[in-house]
Amino acid sequence: MSTRVPVTATINNEDVTFLCEPRQSLLEVLREELGLTGAKEGCNNGNCGACAVIMNGALVNSCLVLGVEAHGATITTIEGIAPREGLHPLQQKFIEHAALQCGVCTPGFIVAARALLDKNPNPTEHEVRFWLAGNLCRCTGYDKIVRAVLDAAATLRAQAASAAGDEVQ
Amino acid sequence: MQAFEYVAPRSLDEATHVLAHVGAEARCLGGGTDLIAQMREGRRSARVVVDIKRIPELDALKFDPIHGLTLGAAVPCSRIHSHGAVAAAFPGLIDAVSLIGGIAIQNRASLGGNICTASPAGDSLPALLVHNAHVLLASAQGTRRLPLSAFFVGPGKTVLRPDELVVQIELPAPPAGFGAAYLRFTPRNEMDIAVVGVGAAVVLENGLITQARVALGAVAPTPILVPEAAEALVGKAPSPEVFADAAAAAQRAAQPITDMRGTAEQRRHLVGVLTWRALQRAVERARVSQLPQPTAQ
Repeated sequence: MSTRVPVTATINNEDVTFLCEPRQSLLEVLREELGLTGAKEGCNNGNCGACAVIMNGALVNSCLVLGVEAHGATITTIEGIAPREGLHPLQQKFIEHAALQCGVCTPGFIVAARALLDKNPNPTEHEVRFWLAGNLCRCTGYDKIVRAVLDAAATLRAQAASAAGDEVQ
Repeated sequence: MQAFEYVAPRSLDEATHVLAHVGAEARCLGGGTDLIAQMREGRRSARVVVDIKRIPELDALKFDPIHGLTLGAAVPCSRIHSHGAVAAAFPGLIDAVSLIGGIAIQNRASLGGNICTASPAGDSLPALLVHNAHVLLASAQGTRRLPLSAFFVGPGKTVLRPDELVVQIELPAPPAGFGAAYLRFTPRNEMDIAVVGVGAAVVLENGLITQARVALGAVAPTPILVPEAAEALVGKAPSPEVFADAAAAAQRAAQPITDMRGTAEQRRHLVGVLTWRALQRAVERARVSQLPQPTAQ
């Protein structure tokens, strides 16, 4: 006898209203109601991080958030990471470093890494490894992922420095 | 997942009213890192899920160097460990909340949830016990306040009545010369569940331990305080011999079982090692807290 509840949220800079049952997770809503299938269902219990999204500025596992909890929230999914044209440096560096094989964990890793770099633009390798501990990859052995994130961080710092230089001129 | 109704009360009165009417078929939702996973697996069920995060008292973190720390039951771990003054004053608590799950879990998981899940292995539990935490519970009948040590009944069981919820966890301001630590043993550094967890807190005055608390996790049906370990420490100067006495007392108090995470024998051994190390770290922190603090320019 579960009724569907209207929920309004800002997802990838777009105001979205959807109907969902209280028992649906945010992950189910994203994938099944909104067609945003980038976030993946891995473990569905908070261990693997394949469903990671950024909600109100904080990295969360969307399988452990109810869709109805998203009411009024601002959410970024993997679909909202790339600029209008081209790729985000994290995506580019994942390709260059071959930081993915099967690719199921990749959206979660990129979203989690983006949350890290938003907070800490110059992380150490140790910090990257700790931050990404909530994301599991069964293919790469993690090393290429960590190198891709560090390289993307360097690219983003260089872009920020060059943008700041342009402003001064 | 089984269907349920969702409500997000905006006040404590509204929440206790819902609980009074729905009773045992209601479940409070904090960060959902336990509840949603357990409901999906069919280990818990609910007719009504009460989202407590929009209740002002449950979402508040208040710190005052005189009165101490008041943690709303729904405040996520990351808000606790990113608070500089709280991190400095409650180092044992910070050890624990930095260890629970990974970043995505810490951004959602609350201490209200951790204590209500009442896992014997819950990481925040021994830490809160050595920080002398109290809990404030509310129902439509009124409120009651009790020491956290009186909250746990057994694995997954607490004294919380079906019509009650945890409002806040209260930690007294630490006295001068205070230091605390929480350590756990896990096969993996992160995203793992404690095989054994140990919290320790001491107060140092003129080189002597004047107060001490030691608490153990995952070696009894509930997290436990070990007064015998505290007795072995009080009135003594910190030394390897004194730590060894306290560690032996902790080992005697432990009632570990053998399960998939470890054997009783391994757990008893770990209680000794971790109690020693947690005390050592608590004493180091107590000494640092006594050094003249750099003043802001």
